[in-house]
Amino acid sequence: MTALLEIEGLSKNFGGVRAVQWLSFAVNEREILGLIGPNGAGKTTLFNLINGVFVPDEGRVRFRGIDITGKAPYRVARHGLARTHQIVQPLTDMSVLENCMVGACFGRENLPLARAEVVAREVAVEVGLGDRLSTPAAQLTIVGKKRLELARALAARPMLLLLDEVLAGLNPTEIERMIGTIRSIRERGIAILIIEHVMQAIMGLSDRIVVLNSGQKLAEGAPAEVANDPSVIEAYLGDPALAAALHPGG
Amino acid sequence: MFGIVASIVDGVLIGSVYGLAAMGLTLIWGVMDVVNLTHGAAIVAGMFALYLLTSAAGLAPYAALPPILAGGFLVGVLLYWIAVHRMIGRPPLMSLLSTFSVNLVLIGLGTAVWGTVLFNVPVTLPGVSWQGYTFPGTHLLAAGLTAVMAGLLYLFLYHTRLGKAVRAVADNREAAELAGIPTTQMLSLAFGLGVALASVAGMLIATLFPFTVLAGDAYQLKSFVVTVLGGLGNPAGALLGGIALGLVEGLAAPFMPVSWTLVIEFVLFVAVLIVFPGGIFAFRRS
Amino acid sequence: MRQDAFKSGDVRAPILRRPFFWIIALVITAFGLAPAVANDVELRESLLLAAVYITLASNLNLMLGYTGYINFGSIVFFGLGGYICVFLMSAHDWPLAGAVLAAGAAVSLFALLFGLGILRLRGAYFALATIGINEAVKAFVSNFEPWGGSSGLYLSTEIFMPLGGPMQALWVIYFLMVGVMGLSLYLSYGIKTSKFGLGLMAIGQNEDAAAMLGVRTPLYKAFAYSVSAFLPALAGGLYFFKSAFIQPVDAFDLGLSTEAMVIVMLGGQGTITGPTVGAYLYEELRGRLLTSETFSNFQLVISGALLLVIVLFLPGGLMGWIYGRWPRMKRVLE
Repeated sequence: MTALLEIEGLSKNFGGVRAVQWLSFAVNEREILGLIGPNGAGKTTLFNLINGVFVPDEGRVRFRGIDITGKAPYRVARHGLARTHQIVQPLTDMSVLENCMVGACFGRENLPLARAEVVAREVAVEVGLGDRLSTPAAQLTIVGKKRLELARALAARPMLLLLDEVLAGLNPTEIERMIGTIRSIRERGIAILIIEHVMQAIMGLSDRIVVLNSGQKLAEGAPAEVANDPSVIEAYLGDPALAAALHPGG
Repeated sequence: MFGIVASIVDGVLIGSVYGLAAMGLTLIWGVMDVVNLTHGAAIVAGMFALYLLTSAAGLAPYAALPPILAGGFLVGVLLYWIAVHRMIGRPPLMSLLSTFSVNLVLIGLGTAVWGTVLFNVPVTLPGVSWQGYTFPGTHLLAAGLTAVMAGLLYLFLYHTRLGKAVRAVADNREAAELAGIPTTQMLSLAFGLGVALASVAGMLIATLFPFTVLAGDAYQLKSFVVTVLGGLGNPAGALLGGIALGLVEGLAAPFMPVSWTLVIEFVLFVAVLIVFPGGIFAFRRS
Repeated sequence: MRQDAFKSGDVRAPILRRPFFWIIALVITAFGLAPAVANDVELRESLLLAAVYITLASNLNLMLGYTGYINFGSIVFFGLGGYICVFLMSAHDWPLAGAVLAAGAAVSLFALLFGLGILRLRGAYFALATIGINEAVKAFVSNFEPWGGSSGLYLSTEIFMPLGGPMQALWVIYFLMVGVMGLSLYLSYGIKTSKFGLGLMAIGQNEDAAAMLGVRTPLYKAFAYSVSAFLPALAGGLYFFKSAFIQPVDAFDLGLSTEAMVIVMLGGQGTITGPTVGAYLYEELRGRLLTSETFSNFQLVISGALLLVIVLFLPGGLMGWIYGRWPRMKRVLE
């Protein structure tokens, strides 16, 4: 498997606080890589560093072999990297369809308006918003807004999708459904880097896990390895019995 | 040689008053992320308040400072509730438009009442001579009073409970709310303070130069330039920026007709924005 | 406020089939025919002014209504366009057509360059820069001798000869101005229904999100700013040609861009009908009030108060209110 996204030695300070320190790992094609860690571990900051919201102090970010370190967000999007946010950012007065069209028009494929509408519809149906195409984004429920966030990212036809706590605030049924959607996205060949706090979900979904603590990589490996890693348990999972319970397969 | 030095010193004195005006603007901007487009009107109000208090009420010029400060504060709080309160949290477009429209109303009323004629408040004060140059007493006292106001602001913001509450709201409104601070009242307080500072600056400018109802625009632009130089939400930077602007004006004055000043200041404004989007003395927030 | 312009199927409907296209055509025809048929010079003059307002407001709407960036000094395009046109005609004997188009091109280019520099900045900074630019350009022109300094430039009356003499020329200018107005309306409509417009609207909704979705925000903003300069520059060229005289205080009258702003907000920002309806309403209001001597001093006060009320209580303007009451109107009147 070739590496799709390579993070090398990434560091970022904010006025003396080291948000991310010497972080290195890779996301491979067709892989779901889970990113976990306590609050304040630097996960969202990492996303911001990858897609150009922040410029790293040190280190490189390579996507499909191209150095995208510090490039502006819209350039990163054009390379085929899409992202959702922890706090959803809908284009509030625009409809679901229009929101998705923005993703389709300005994403990797840079589609013209007519073609973008077709893609936008498909994507909206795929995430379950097919019945609400004309609804203004502001009028969606929180679940709807999360789905819209995902649909918009998908409409850009990315090769790598960055998901930031897409399951937060959802009830168990909705979580199941979203997990299914995420799996089907991977089936289509899109790699996924996912930040999540819903342990069971992320352990079950991910092919590999990277654990972050205080901006540094604490551990990396298959979910089972990571769950059994003593330093991870100490820092994050806390209770060994809990860790055992979360181990996929019982 | 000394001509230049005198220009520089005078520029610093006057510039500090620009800094005072800008402090009001930057305070509001920093605390509630609102650009107060009534800033120019507030400055003009201070000017005309001085005129009215000295001519109609017979008050000695500098004795008008306390009432203007208080009056400016009250007007500021009122303005907050009328035009700003409902715009907090909405797109910046909205607060720009609301404060802009209030400015229109105020300047419109002003021109209706006072026209566009030049007004002057005669203030005589013995000057200070040095090396054959006389620095007008008015300039010195204006700078001195500016220093006092700046000092008072500093004491308020850093050594009183109320001031610390205002700073907390500026830092993170949600956190301040959770800590039990009545954030809306702090916002109105900050706005009142901002307008009060602008009014006092206007009063001091009126002791230095003649003015018209339309003078607000020019001083508002100066305040914007200074705010951008000093960094948003940074009153100390505003004072330094004001002095810097005064320096530039002082240095340029012997070489350039006054009507070009506006062009230069605007070019400076744009240039600084392009090169230093955060302001030259930008205050790093962690 | 973004109204739903992309209804299912509409995106692929050819432009000539869309009702709104013909509504605009109707308005333009009405403007053109009314004074001509009635041979009413007074009507023509007041419609000329209306056409100028509609042009200024529609183009301002591209920034204000679509991207959410306020261009306070939009009148600078009008004034500069006027100056370049009058200068080329008086000092260099250019014909009207050439001078007007050159003015448009020059002002657009200037706006593009200025915009590229200034539009990296966010909303508030940009607005401040536009407040200053009008004053700075006015101050510059007032000191610029080749353009007449503060006394301005004159055109001799011979200038109307190629158009068939003064009386005829006034009619020609009128029809040209109606043409510029029509182009402004079609430009707004065309942009709104294009991919460029979608990007602008996204910026207006949430600039950060738009950037992350791939919209090239600095370029799009600068481009919108530049495009919004072209037709007002043409209008300025025509207007001051007609007056045969231009001076800084008239050319760079901030009051006019303020009125354009009030018109956009009154009619409904982000819509195409808005500026037109707003211009009509505003003119009516002004006409009523100006008859009284006292009120003429209060013109600014009225504009300001009106703007404040709209921003506080009816931010969507008249069209916003109509869309709220009769949602179907969104499909017909954009």
